[in-house]
Amino acid sequence: MTLTERLREKISQAFYNHGLLCASYPIPIILFTGFCILACCYPLLKLPLPGTGPVEFTTPVKDYLPPPVDSDRKHREPNEQPEWYVGAPVAYIQQIFVKSSVFPWHKNLLAVDVFRSPLSRAFQLVEEIRNHVLRDSSGTRSLEEVCLQVTDLLPGLRKLRNLLPEHGCLLLSPGNFWQNDRERFHADPDIIRTIHQHEPKTLQTSATLKDLLFGVPGKYSGVSLYTRKRTVSYTITLVFQRYHAKFLSSLRARLMLLHPSPNCSLRAESLVHVHFKEEIGIAELIPLVTTYIILFAYIYFSTRKIDMVKSKWGLALAAVVTVLSSLLMSVGLCTLFGLTPTLNGGEIFPYLVVVIGLENVLVLTKSVVSTPVDLEVKLRIAQGLSSESWSIMKNMATELGIILIGYFTLVPAIQEFCLFAVVGLVSDFFLQMLFFTTVLSIDIRRMELADLNKRLPPEACLPPAKPVGRPARYERQLAVRPSTPHTITLQPSSFRNLRLPKRLRVIYFLARTRLAQRLIMAGTVVWIGILVYTDPAGLRTYLAAQVTEQSPLGEGALAPMPVPSGVLPASHPDPAFSIFPPDAPKLPENQTSPGEPPEYWGLAEGVPDSPVPEVTWGPEDEELWRKLSFRHWPTLFSYYNITLAKRYISLLPVIPVTLRLNPREALEGRHPQDRRSAWPPPGPLPDGQWEAGPKGPGGAQAHGDVTLYKVAALGLAAGIVLVLLLLCLYRILCPRNYGQPGGVSGRRRRGDLPCDDYGYTPPETEIVPLVLRGHLMDIECLASDGMLLVSCCLAGHVCVWDAQTGDCLTRIPRPRQRRDSGVGSVFEAQESWERLSDNGKAGPEESGDDSPLLRHRPRGPLPPSLFRDQPDLSCLIDTNFSTQLPPSESAQPEPRHRAGCSHTTQDSPGYDFSRLVQRVYQEEGLAATHTPALRPPSPGPPLPQVLEDEGGSPEKGSPSLAWGPSADGSIWSLELQGNLIVVGRSSGRLEVWDAIEGVLCCSSEEVSSGITALVFLDKRIVAARLNGSLDFFSLETHTALNPLQFRGTAGRGSSPTSPVYSSSDMVACHLTHTVPCAHQKPITALKAAAGRLVTGSQDHTLRVFRLEDSCCLFTLQGHSGAITTVYIDQTMVLASGGQDGAICLWDVLTGSRVSHMFAHRGDVTSLTCTTSCVISSGLDDLISIWDRSTGIKFYSIQQDLGCGASLGVISDNLLVTGGQGCVSFWDLNYGDLLQTVYLGKNSEAQPARQILVLDNAAIVCNFGSELSLVYVPSVLEKLD
Amino acid sequence: MPRLHDRFWSCPCAQRARRGGRPRAGAGLAAKGAEMLGSSALGSTLPAARDSRPAHGDRGAGTWHHDLVQRSLVLFLVGVGLALVLNLLQIQRNVTLFPEEVMATVFSSAWWVPPCCGTAAAVVGLLYPCIDSHLGEPHKFKREWASVMRCIAVFVGINHASAKLDFANNVQLSLTLAALSLGLWWTFDRSRSGLGLGITIAFLATLITQFLVYNGVYQYTSPDFLYIRSWLPCIFFSGGVTVGNIGRQLAMGVPEKPHSD
Repeated sequence: MTLTERLREKISQAFYNHGLLCASYPIPIILFTGFCILACCYPLLKLPLPGTGPVEFTTPVKDYLPPPVDSDRKHREPNEQPEWYVGAPVAYIQQIFVKSSVFPWHKNLLAVDVFRSPLSRAFQLVEEIRNHVLRDSSGTRSLEEVCLQVTDLLPGLRKLRNLLPEHGCLLLSPGNFWQNDRERFHADPDIIRTIHQHEPKTLQTSATLKDLLFGVPGKYSGVSLYTRKRTVSYTITLVFQRYHAKFLSSLRARLMLLHPSPNCSLRAESLVHVHFKEEIGIAELIPLVTTYIILFAYIYFSTRKIDMVKSKWGLALAAVVTVLSSLLMSVGLCTLFGLTPTLNGGEIFPYLVVVIGLENVLVLTKSVVSTPVDLEVKLRIAQGLSSESWSIMKNMATELGIILIGYFTLVPAIQEFCLFAVVGLVSDFFLQMLFFTTVLSIDIRRMELADLNKRLPPEACLPPAKPVGRPARYERQLAVRPSTPHTITLQPSSFRNLRLPKRLRVIYFLARTRLAQRLIMAGTVVWIGILVYTDPAGLRTYLAAQVTEQSPLGEGALAPMPVPSGVLPASHPDPAFSIFPPDAPKLPENQTSPGEPPEYWGLAEGVPDSPVPEVTWGPEDEELWRKLSFRHWPTLFSYYNITLAKRYISLLPVIPVTLRLNPREALEGRHPQDRRSAWPPPGPLPDGQWEAGPKGPGGAQAHGDVTLYKVAALGLAAGIVLVLLLLCLYRILCPRNYGQPGGVSGRRRRGDLPCDDYGYTPPETEIVPLVLRGHLMDIECLASDGMLLVSCCLAGHVCVWDAQTGDCLTRIPRPRQRRDSGVGSVFEAQESWERLSDNGKAGPEESGDDSPLLRHRPRGPLPPSLFRDQPDLSCLIDTNFSTQLPPSESAQPEPRHRAGCSHTTQDSPGYDFSRLVQRVYQEEGLAATHTPALRPPSPGPPLPQVLEDEGGSPEKGSPSLAWGPSADGSIWSLELQGNLIVVGRSSGRLEVWDAIEGVLCCSSEEVSSGITALVFLDKRIVAARLNGSLDFFSLETHTALNPLQFRGTAGRGSSPTSPVYSSSDMVACHLTHTVPCAHQKPITALKAAAGRLVTGSQDHTLRVFRLEDSCCLFTLQGHSGAITTVYIDQTMVLASGGQDGAICLWDVLTGSRVSHMFAHRGDVTSLTCTTSCVISSGLDDLISIWDRSTGIKFYSIQQDLGCGASLGVISDNLLVTGGQGCVSFWDLNYGDLLQTVYLGKNSEAQPARQILVLDNAAIVCNFGSELSLVYVPSVLEKLD
Repeated sequence: MPRLHDRFWSCPCAQRARRGGRPRAGAGLAAKGAEMLGSSALGSTLPAARDSRPAHGDRGAGTWHHDLVQRSLVLFLVGVGLALVLNLLQIQRNVTLFPEEVMATVFSSAWWVPPCCGTAAAVVGLLYPCIDSHLGEPHKFKREWASVMRCIAVFVGINHASAKLDFANNVQLSLTLAALSLGLWWTFDRSRSGLGLGITIAFLATLITQFLVYNGVYQYTSPDFLYIRSWLPCIFFSGGVTVGNIGRQLAMGVPEKPHSD
């Protein structure tokens, strides 16, 4: 027991150290491992590649006898003969190899002459062969008796019917192209066309007809107009059924006698047997394919489990590479020690992989990944390794044990398999420890970097799960970037590029490596090199000249060499046209002088005027058939329905035949058309016609053209020099880091984080949020129309803010309750009263002019703080004066002076107008001069005051009389349009307030059921109530206001006279329609757009109403839980989310459900759509982004706890989400975090509960009792 | 057969009971959500959430039936595929001989072989998880698709070996294969019920095969054990274990797409 423990300890310690080592020196270790792999795989080079190619076996001709049909295996030595060498071959193949040339070549001969007359000799040869008869003591024996008799061609080969022999000996020669008819050949005007007419147009590896008939590969035949070797080769192929040694030798002797080959060195002493393997059939392949499919499925399912790493695919690849290379290593090692595999490698390979398995790799990954995230990479790797060390070792030992048991089964195949598996296991372990661990460490390190971007896996985001994770991350972030809380940290864009589309990534890769440029450059250099070398005026000529000059032999040759008037030393224009060939001493027969008159018909024999192509026989000719396609013979035999699969043929040694024709014979063989078509009339033919030949007949024009070539060559040379010069200039002048900003500094910064791969550092931008303070308790409702912002807190206060400047314009306090609980606000009493009042008095100017930044940066702007402080005071005061005076008057003028006091009043007593006024008067010492008549709608005077301070509301308090205090309830919903605020209360009361003045315009409380949701759209108000009924109101304004203008003056503040705001505007609210029982249960969601109103209720249904006539169009059923959120926009897209965690998309026109997605565990808390996607958030604190058309989830974002519902869409591709004291901007298309804005340290603890996006690129988010107003122009610029 | 039926229907109950846990967790979530949403208007979410419960349960049962059909279909297909491939292997190596007249049909094996194997695979594959849940010891060992694939690969390998390896004598071959089969069970199953069921299957299937061969439906080339090859029980045993493995994985991994080749 203790031994095990100690062993365990030791192993764990060893693995720990090893992990440290691997993570510390990743690159050297990977290099070392790669070297090991290569070294172990080296012996594999000696192994024959598996394939279906033919196998050869050679026996000497002498005393050859076909092997017996059923040779006794016992007596055969193992190495001597292959297994297939049993029985007679399918056929014996005798090739008669003809090489022919027109010997004394005369310059006046045409290119066609090279092959026309040699080919015509084929007919004669075939005749000779056919008529060969062996006469000896046993009688006569003709070819017909020994040759392979063939019958019909396959029916599919009608095209070849005339070309291949049928019903007779299988004898192939080029003459078959002309049906072995000499006349036909002579009448053929274009031989080459005839030969090539059966060539396939496409690339084809198997034997073509030309190859079959010529018996030599196409390029060796020499039948071409543009060949320099004037030798034509072809074979006459004879196929014998039986081996008749005497007949064959007599044939050979006769042919050699007739056409002697003087310098032939062919030995002709071996017989080659070629065995063709069986063609693999589909049935044979099916089990194999199945095992491979299973293998791939295994690999797929295994690697799929790799998770929480940086690059899943990279690690999966590494795992597969580990296993495969360990197998290769095992085979290599086994081969090295002399064990040659006899099993079919392809068959056992999948089993080997399965036996070795990917498990260890996965276990390693899992264990490393599950180590604490905040540790150093080295330590993580080491810990992960050591914690799994014991199980890895145990598994390994078990597997080795099993395999060793298998080894003792003493079945050779199993033993071999086990041997491979053991070596594979060991090498796999080696690779796991060195290669995979190192790759993993690199991956983890990369992920650590990405970690800074809060790209943590979901589990790690939850504080309870990993308590250390979060603080550590923050610390690290601060350490990396010591920034003020308001600084926006732009994430390094390399991380932003993580999810670029593939094509972009490819392009970036190309751009980064400058692959194209380098390729082009290399190509140019090579091209120039080739040009320089092969150019007529170029290097080669020059070198050749130099060589000949230096060689002692060449001294004599240099003299006659004319030096043309070239600039370049090597500007010998063209050897083809050279008068004296540069290699004159080597090829003395190549001498013709231009001045020599062309001797047209002077074909005197023995006047060699061009090099004679020597007909030579080398060892390579002996087995020219090897150069044929390996499917040559199977193809030939398959034409006659004879299969060579699993059988063999024997190739007899070739019989060389040399044909030497003289020019006269060649001329006689000409076809009249040859000269006309192929060649211009002889005339004064330039010398060296053959050298000029390859350039086509047109190339050999006239002697006078030489100057033209000279000029061209000169120009070319000049161009090359120019290019080289430019290249040098480029190298010298342009630094390597061309295009990178700042040269050296850019390079240095590359290592830093905020710099992306291309050396581009994004500018650091700061965003300073405006902090709006003024609420006592958590803000609950937010509404905005872009200009104004209305917020309502749990305490029931409503604040109206200017969305541009963040000024608080109006405060509407909660009517009653506040009075009692006013003392409760003591908690804010620390704020000094004097400062407040001072600020209050000086407020208008200061708050208007001073930007909040100047004052109090981290804390947020001062004016907000001013506002925030006000309530407390008011409360205190209110309690004092609460019950003093009856509500009688509203005093317009006084409050104006006393800003501080007025606002205090406003807050605490709420709408209890009498008290307010009373108190005010007391403080002011003024008599109550008020006119009760003023109450209903407040006249002009109060306005200015409202503008200055929020104090305005109390004066307007007069309307508050209209609502009975008892009817007050908490505010449940809030809407804003223009300057009108619509408030729905829990008491069922609907109020319309003037946002600027803080005046209650009208109210309605016919139903006592609380208003859960409101829609305010175009003078139409829809209120949804707790009892499931819907009320439609219409607003009538008697005087149209211009809110903008009005607010403009207000913003400046302190304008006592606001002529705009006359007392003439009357707002009336009429109940137009009521849908008494729209839903059975409380209506929880209400949205309107595009003339439609959508309600969602807890009764699991949605209803769609027409806004004009409040007619119910559809009832949508599909959720299995209460509806929590609804989205509808102008494009009639309707989305709904429910407590069942599902999102439904509906077609508003037809009322049908378009798609249904199970989105979240728990409720869907908010939902919004862009043109392409649907964004939802749920109680599981995930924000998920879905494809709108298909309903497929793109990705999801893990949110901080409690911030799940805060999200907003700024543009089609910019999403903003809230977090703990911060907001984050995401690129919607790729899911990349663009930046995170921290909104003050003190608010860090507060999660952003709501986010509202205003249309002027600002977002408002709600941190507890504060609002933050953030402008995001920089982000918008970046994206749009 | 009726008993088998009972088992099928007893499983859904257990399954449903297990599923009961999830909705309750959902209620908790809903409560949390309600808290976080604040004390505002929508106070009555919880009752509604509770109302939605019955609907959940009904749907769960419905999907279970669907699930059963789907599983048996997948198992059937797997059985058919394996039968085709492995039979082909045996026929190629001339281990199994079918009468001449059936040779011309699909993949040169008798038409009734794949459906039979498919049905058997479906039954066995459903039986394994059922017995597991009956015994109250759900199979937890290496429950993942990668392991299942490995198991299938080893099974195919055993078949391959039985068809292709040249052994000195049949006893050796049979012993080797028996060891391999046991190794398969040990590596991928390790449950008593798996072992027991595997042995039962091997026994029954061998009996059936012997019956078939005795009646001349087909034959083996070199029978060494009552008209059949002595390694046949090993093959059946490992096949049973393999199919059981697949069945268990299918039974638990509902969301995961099963692989069928």
